[in-house]
Formats: sequence, structure tokens, C-alpha cells
Amino acid sequence: MLRSAALVLALALCLPLPASGSGVAAVSLDTAMVRVPAGSHLPLYANAGARIAVPAFEIDPFPVTRRDFAAFVRESPQWRRSRINPAFAGARYLDGWRGDLSFGTPHDALRPVTQVSWFAARAYCAAAGKRLPTTAEWEYVAAASEAETDASRNGRFIADVLRTYGARRTPVAPIDGAAPNRFGVHHLHDRSWEWVSDFNSVLMGDDSRGASGHDRRLYCAAGSIGATDPGNYPAFLRYGFRAGLEGRTTADNLGFRCARSIP
Amino acid sequence: MKALLTSPRTAWIVVGVMAAILVVAVTTLQARSATASAGTAAVNHISTNTIPMAELPSIRGEEMAVLTAPPHVPAPITRNYATKVKVELEMFEKTMEIAPGVEYNFWTFGGTVPGSFIRVREGDLVEFTLRNHHSSTVPHNIDLHAVTGPGGGAEASLVVPGHEGVFSFRATKPGLYVYHCATAPVALHVANGMYGLILVEPKEGLPEVDHEFYVMQSDFYTEGAHGEQGFQPFSMEKAIAEQADYVVFNGSTTALTGDNALKVRQGETVRMYLGNGGPNLMSNFHIIGAVLDNVYLEGGTVAQNNVQTTLIPAGGSAIAEFRADVAGDLILVDHAIFRAFHKGAIGMMHVEEVPELAERGRQIFSGPQANRPYTSSAVIED
Ligand SMILES: [Cu+2]
Repeated sequence: MLRSAALVLALALCLPLPASGSGVAAVSLDTAMVRVPAGSHLPLYANAGARIAVPAFEIDPFPVTRRDFAAFVRESPQWRRSRINPAFAGARYLDGWRGDLSFGTPHDALRPVTQVSWFAARAYCAAAGKRLPTTAEWEYVAAASEAETDASRNGRFIADVLRTYGARRTPVAPIDGAAPNRFGVHHLHDRSWEWVSDFNSVLMGDDSRGASGHDRRLYCAAGSIGATDPGNYPAFLRYGFRAGLEGRTTADNLGFRCARSIP
Repeated sequence: MKALLTSPRTAWIVVGVMAAILVVAVTTLQARSATASAGTAAVNHISTNTIPMAELPSIRGEEMAVLTAPPHVPAPITRNYATKVKVELEMFEKTMEIAPGVEYNFWTFGGTVPGSFIRVREGDLVEFTLRNHHSSTVPHNIDLHAVTGPGGGAEASLVVPGHEGVFSFRATKPGLYVYHCATAPVALHVANGMYGLILVEPKEGLPEVDHEFYVMQSDFYTEGAHGEQGFQPFSMEKAIAEQADYVVFNGSTTALTGDNALKVRQGETVRMYLGNGGPNLMSNFHIIGAVLDNVYLEGGTVAQNNVQTTLIPAGGSAIAEFRADVAGDLILVDHAIFRAFHKGAIGMMHVEEVPELAERGRQIFSGPQANRPYTSSAVIED
């Protein structure tokens, strides 16, 4: 099963790139959105026991790839590297691309797109009739291991994710069909960090206690005050990463995927 | 005022009114301090006298700080005025050997563990540029214990990979301070090696010595046991249990041994800037074969004399000074001695003999004079 997926991928990578963005569907991975059943998520910072209800929604099973993003900027010139409004992305937006529409060699096609700002990611999703996932949605889906839908208290899973974060390298490895989690979603931990729609408000907790408590809590030992699970180091890393972001930030290991509400 | 003073009479009235105001003011003050002595006299007293407000000397010119990798220390500051010191420090995540054949993915300030040594002068305005290399996996920041201000700079310096941040602070208090990363989860960033030392030299300078060294202890937690070969990931479980696999000086079991031993000559004076990055363990720092002439406890201003073993808390420091009177090898250890034998907390300082001082050295320590059999007359009864 794994072997055949890898084979298909190898073939896909060897094929010459299609001239237009219509090549997205040519990837022999099932990229149809995954329906995630309703559930709840306990934020890293929350009043005791304040779980956030997460209604059922759909999410991309894979992060958006460079090839996907090239197709988008072909249709939306204002998001090309040469035309990007500096208010919407930092100087290294799409760094490593050879040109406005050329993301690199064919081997780069299936790498998750990185060096994208929140504004650009949001525009990409909107163009596809989707949106960025919320922190609660993203964390809810990402708490699943291969076997369990909620492995956030499973020490082995937490240790695995932490090791995975440590083993990631840039440029981010291409997507593949291996090891989906219990919801059928891939690469939530083993490729890059991912944008969420509310990256800059997640630290306020569910009661929006205001600026005084905002993001200060993530510094030094204060970071553990009020944390619902001080042992969840991977979650701390994700929250810590988001705390350093602005809407125009881009980085070699920051990509995204899209979500969609179920009407 | 001038208009009022047209006649002596009005002038006297003015003086009278002023005197009255003065009397009222003084009385109020006395009344206040009377109340105060009943309740908060001590607070009033301390806030005005015991802890003076920090001096903020005017800043002349600017210069780039010279940073050094351990065990080296930047040259003493010869300036006699405060300046703007620009510090540029880059953070890398880097795989290096923690022991022969054992690799660990360190998170570093400047590519070394501990991070680059920073040296400024009391009163200096430090403009800090903190850079996070684009290959880093996570954001980092810096909390300098020398900083007076929220987070020690941490809040002002959080930078994601491929970004830099700038903030400034006044080095108002002389001493030897730890700096460290304080990004969530702080324990992980510190456990991976993100700490170093910053020296705020007192404005009158430090006495001249022949050598200055930078040695920092820290503890590491790996999935494999001590010495298990190959790449060893961080073990969260062991770190939380505070069961260190490695306790090392300057980031590896061999940083100060073999060819890396510190080298001085007999009779020379040595100042050691000692730190402890933790994350968990206190250092019981001891040099086998030396008495530390002066130890500035906890990196502060007061020196204790003739110290055998000095405690360095995690996140703390000490400055130790001594003269290497006798030739031979001095051994640096954490005197919680299993750490030295089994976890790597060991270093060496080779004291080279100087012919003119050889005889003096033998007067201080003879070396072996006899080793022979003897017959005891003591009877041991069980
Ligand atoms: Cu850090």
C-alpha cells in the first residue's frame, strides 16, 4: 500500500510539468477534502475545562503545494512575487522561486508552499471557495494520531510529534500518501508549521480577557501558568510559533492548508 | 513676582506668606513621616537611601561588541565612558557532538553551547539585534538577566525563522549574568542549549589578570542512555523527571579535556566566568587542586575568599579568581561527583611549569615523597 503510493508519486514527480495550473489534479493522491465530524478542542490556554466546540467541517488532506500555489498566482497576478503589495507580505515572500510562475524544478512541485504570508494564504483559500482553518479546528484535527482521534494525552504520540518537529528540514519535503491520521489528514506535523485564520488571537483564551493577558503568557516560565496541559510540548511550540507571527510574516517552514464550513 | 516687590512692605508680606507655606509644608512632612514610622517607615527609608536610582550616564559614540565562543572571553574594556554598544547575535539550530559519537540537535546563540560571551561596561546602552537563521524550526527570543524590564527583553525580541528583532537596554548593574531563550516551551529551548553569559563590567573595571575563561555547565536529556551512539533526540520524560544523561561544561563531555584543556603557566592569575544554564541541576563547581582565592558569589559584587566549592544555581553565575601556584593538571568538576564520573561534568586546566617558579611550587606541594609498606599495630575488632 505504502509502496504503491510511493511509486505513483515517483512517477508523478518524473513527469514533465503541465504547462498550466490544471496539473494540480494530475497528482495521484486523493486531494478531496476530508469531512471532520463535530467535536471539541481544549485550547492550551483556557479557563479550567473550557473546551471549545468544533462543528463538523471540511479540511484539505494535504498542505497546499508549490504547484497549487503557482496555479493560483497565474490566475491572481497581484499575489505574484514581483507584484505583491509589501503590506501583505515580507521581503522573502515566495523566496526560492525562480520567477513569478516558476517555483523551481519538478522535484519542488509537491513541496508544501512556504514563504507565504497569512494574507496570501487567506486569498488562496478564498479563491478556492474555502478559508483558513481556525486554531481550534487545526488543533482538533492535529490531535489525532494514526489510531486515535484524540491522542493529545498520549505520551508516546506527544513524544513522536516532538521528535518529528526536530527532524524536519528545509526546504520542506514533498507531500506523500503515507500515514494519514485517524481523520484521514496528512502532514499536520511532519512538513511545516501552518497558518490558521486566528493566529493572532489564540492567546486571549475563550473569554477574551483583554490585552493585559495577551501573549505575555508565552514567555519564560509564565508560559506554563494557566496552560491546560504543561506536558504538551508540541502544542507549546505551535502556540509559540504563532505568537511570533504577523500577517505579513513568511518563513521557510510556514505553509498552510484550507478548510471549509459545512453549510 | 517682580511687580509685587515694589515696596518693602509688600516684600515682607510675600516673605511672610512664603514662610507660612514653608511651615505648613514642613509640618505636613513631619506629620507624614510620623505616620510613616508607625507603618511604612522602612519602605520610605529604603526607596530614598538604600537603593539609589540607577545612574544613566550620557552616551558617547558607538561601537560593535566583539563576541567570543567559549572558552574565550572578549578583551577587557578600556573605555572610561559609557557608549552605545551594538550586539548582533544569530541563533542557529545545529547538530553537534555532545560526546564522542553522540550527536544532539542543539539550539544555539551564535552556533555554540553555551552561546557567545557578551561584554559591556556599566552604564552602556546596549542595542541588541537578535537574528533567527532561516533554517531554524522555531521562533526564539532572548531574556538577559542583566536587563531591567519586562521579560528581560524576551517580549521585545521574539523572532520567527528568517527574521531579526532589535531592542535596547541600559546595563545599569554590574555583574555576570545569564541570558537564555524564553520562547514557549521555555524548558525545551533551555534544555536544547539556549543560554550564555553577559558580563557587565563595573565602570571602574576589573583587576588585571593573565587569563580569562568562559565555562558554563548544563544538563542534557536524551532518549538513549549516556554514551549511546548516534543521533540522540531530546527526552521530555527524563527532563521532567530531572534525570540527566549528560552534565557537561561548554556543551560536550570533551569541550575541556584532551587537546581542549585550558592552558596557563605556573604563577599566572586566572579569572573564570562561570555560569550554569541548567535547565535543572545546580552546579557544585570545584577545581581539584586549587583553592579559589576570590569568588564573586552568584556573579554579584561581593567576593568571598578561599573557596573550595561554589554553588552556581541554574540560571546563575559566579566569577572565580585564583593563582596557579603549582604546575600540573587542575581538574574542573561538578563535585556532585557522579556527574563528573558518569555524565561528563569534567574539564582540565594544564598548568605549565615555569623554571623560575618550580622550586617555589615544590615548597607549596612536594609531590610524592615516599610510598612504602608498613606494618600496623592497630587491632580491628569486628
Ligand atoms: Cu529558543
